[in-house]
This record gives sequence, structure tokens and C-alpha cells, in this order.
Amino acid sequence: MRSIHKAILAGVMLSVPLAASVQGAGHSDNPYAGHIAARQGYMQILAFNIGVLGGMARGNIEYDAEAAQTAADNLAAMATVDGRALWPEGSDNFALEDATTALPAIWEDMAGFGEAWMAYGTAAGGMADAAGNGLEALQAAIGPLGGSCGGCHRNFRQSDD
Amino acid sequence: MRILRFLVVLAILGAAAGWFLTAPDPLAASDIPDREADADHGEAIFWAAGCASCHAAEDAEGDARLVMAGGRAFPSDFGTFYAPNISMDPDHGIGGWTEVEFLSAVMRGVSPEGQHYYPAFPYTTYARAGMADLQDLWAFFQTLPADSTPSRDHDVGFPFSIRRSLGGWKLLFSSDDWVMQGEDLSAEVMRGRYLVESLGHCGECHTPRNALGGLDYANWLAGAPNPSGEGRIPNITPAALTWSASDIANYLRDGFTPEFDSAGGEMAEVIQNMAHLPDADRAAIAAYLQALPPLE
Repeated sequence: MRSIHKAILAGVMLSVPLAASVQGAGHSDNPYAGHIAARQGYMQILAFNIGVLGGMARGNIEYDAEAAQTAADNLAAMATVDGRALWPEGSDNFALEDATTALPAIWEDMAGFGEAWMAYGTAAGGMADAAGNGLEALQAAIGPLGGSCGGCHRNFRQSDD
Repeated sequence: MRILRFLVVLAILGAAAGWFLTAPDPLAASDIPDREADADHGEAIFWAAGCASCHAAEDAEGDARLVMAGGRAFPSDFGTFYAPNISMDPDHGIGGWTEVEFLSAVMRGVSPEGQHYYPAFPYTTYARAGMADLQDLWAFFQTLPADSTPSRDHDVGFPFSIRRSLGGWKLLFSSDDWVMQGEDLSAEVMRGRYLVESLGHCGECHTPRNALGGLDYANWLAGAPNPSGEGRIPNITPAALTWSASDIANYLRDGFTPEFDSAGGEMAEVIQNMAHLPDADRAAIAAYLQALPPLE
């Protein structure tokens, strides 16, 4: 548990400057600028940690069991954060246009959104079980992890890819 | 009077020629080689051809992506198309089809009843596929489960509701020539060309279309408006896609961009198919994309 607390603390510390910079760029008439900045900061923390694991899986950086385990534990810890307060109704890209890429589908299908979120937790748990056990185990877990990201972004994030 | 008679005859001849030219052109049994099909290889073709992207139920995951129940809606400028049931159910799917009927559907866009299919079904690109690969695909299809969900009628307005008019569309826009031409393409680029231009049907979304829905080959893979009306499908020529070949190949396996953002939208689903391919095929797709002319 201690490592999870440390991870959450690290996450909070990381997200503060990000949130501040994103908020600074936001529209003053957007009541959810803070929520959106927090969501985006959250995603940046995921991307940062996935970058460590993905970089090793792709052979761009040398495999290091300890660094891999740390990144994977961070991802698993992030999955335990109760982020429901970050998603108030009306904070979608239909209402707020370019301020966010969150699709209204999130609020039309909150159950599906929750399921997609749980799938991320499962994949992150799988990575946490694998990442420290060698490069091959890490490589086998990276696909399901990416699939869980895509599984949510497919229906709930405005995409041009 | 003589001129009038001449014009009438000309009109009748024209109409007859038009009727003749727009006739569905299925394959004959004699067009199909007699060979032992390989269902295991057919599974590789199934994933490369992306059948599940349209014909599996919305949000199907894992083995459910092998249930070809159809039902997904595809909005377009011409109306909304619904993917039909192509499971092995003999009444609601294609369980009663013969091999030549399957190949005529996939390569010629002609149903067993002799009607044109709408080109939402990318038979114009599957026409470039090797027939042996599609025979193997049919062998694999026959191992898939039956599902009794009835197919839904397309919601398409006049004049597109007249299926015969699709014969004219095929005449204008269908071609089984390769888009990337060249005598000195490497074996890897040629493999990538096969996967991108034929089985993968990447151009169906990544290439813009003209007013009649034909692909604009001058802007091959240079990006297009999303037919759903939201956003754009990106340019994947080297003018815009500047990732390394290894980044492209990895993206097609794990869904992560070089910055470790993830694929979204339809592409998340495409990657579920591409993840089943061997590494060499994803590398070949990357090599092909990098060999494209850069188009802004």
C-alpha cells in the first residue's frame, strides 16, 4: 500500500503544474476548465508511465525490471483513483467545443464508460503482474493495456485518428 | 422524320447498352481454382481484411468478434447502411452459400440473387486480393458460429435505392489496378501494398471521395472528412505521418502513438484486427506507407 500512496502523491504533484498551465490557456467562460485540466493531467500521468513501459517493449530503451515495475505500479494505482467528480455533466466537447475531446457519449452511456474504465484497471493490473518479470512478459502485457486505452477512446473521445 | 427515327433507335440502343453494361457480373464456377483451402491461413486473411470491424456486433470484444451477426450502422451522404449478418446461419446469414457465391460477393460485389451490393462493402478493394486467399477466408468463415439476428434493410434514398444504378457506379469507379505503380518496388513494399490497398481497405476511410462516392485516387490516403460528420480521418502519407517505420508497426500492434497517446475512434477497432497479423506484415504496411508520395 505504501507504494500506492507514494504513487498517488507523485501523481498529484505532477498534475499540479500541468493543471495550472492548461487552466491558464482555457476560456474564462468555461465553468469546467479545472475539471478538464485535471482530466488531461491525469491522462498525461498515464502516458508518462506507459511511455516507460512502451519504450522498453519497443526496444527504444533498455529493459530495467525496477523501472518497469515502478511504472506499472503507478498505472495500477492510478486505476484505483475515484475520479467521478472530474466528469460533471455538460463538460463534453459538444457543449464546450475545443476545450475538451470528451464526447457526450460518456454521459449518454455512463455504464459503458464505467465498464471501459474497469477494463483499464484489469489491464493495468495485468501489467503490474508482468512488468518486473522480464521483457517478454512486459511485451505480452502491453497489447492488452493499449487495447484498454483504445477500448475507451474508441467511443468516448473525439478522435481524428 | 428519318432523323427522329434514327434518334429513337439510338436511344433504344443506348438504353440497351446501359442495361447490358450495368448488369451484375458474378464469377462463374470455372473462374475458381479447384484446390484444398486452408482455414488457418483464412483466419489470417480474416483479420487482415477487417471483416469483424463491420460485421461483429458493436462493442464486441474477444471471441465475440468472431460472431458475424452484423447490425452496425454506417451513416453516409447517401443514407445509412447496416452491416448484414454474414454468420453461418443458413437463413439469416451466409451459411447456405457456395464458395463461388462467396467469392462473387467479395470480389465482384454481387449477391447470390444477382444483385449489386452497395460499395459500403469494400468489394472494390477486395477485387485486388488473391483468389486463393479468399478461398481460404471462406474455409475459415465456415468454422465461425451461426447467429440468427436478421439483417436490417439499408436506409438509402432515391436514386441510390435502385440497385441497378450501382452497375454504373462500378463501371465508373471500380478498378483492380494497384494504386502504387512501379517496377522496382521491394518485396516488403509489395506485401504492404497488398495489405493496404486490398485486404486492409485503408483507402476506404483515409482517401477522400468525389460527389458520387468514388475514391479520389489523386489524393490517395491523404485524409478525408469522417463520413459520420464528426472530425477528419488523417492523412497517412509521409507529408503528415512522420513516424518511423517501427513506430507505425508498433502502433498497429499495441495502439500507442510514439508519444504513448492511444488510438481512438474507428482506428482503435482496426488495431484489434491488425494486432493479429504477424510482425512482418505490420512492418510491410509501414514500409508501404513510407513509400507513398507525400501529399498535403
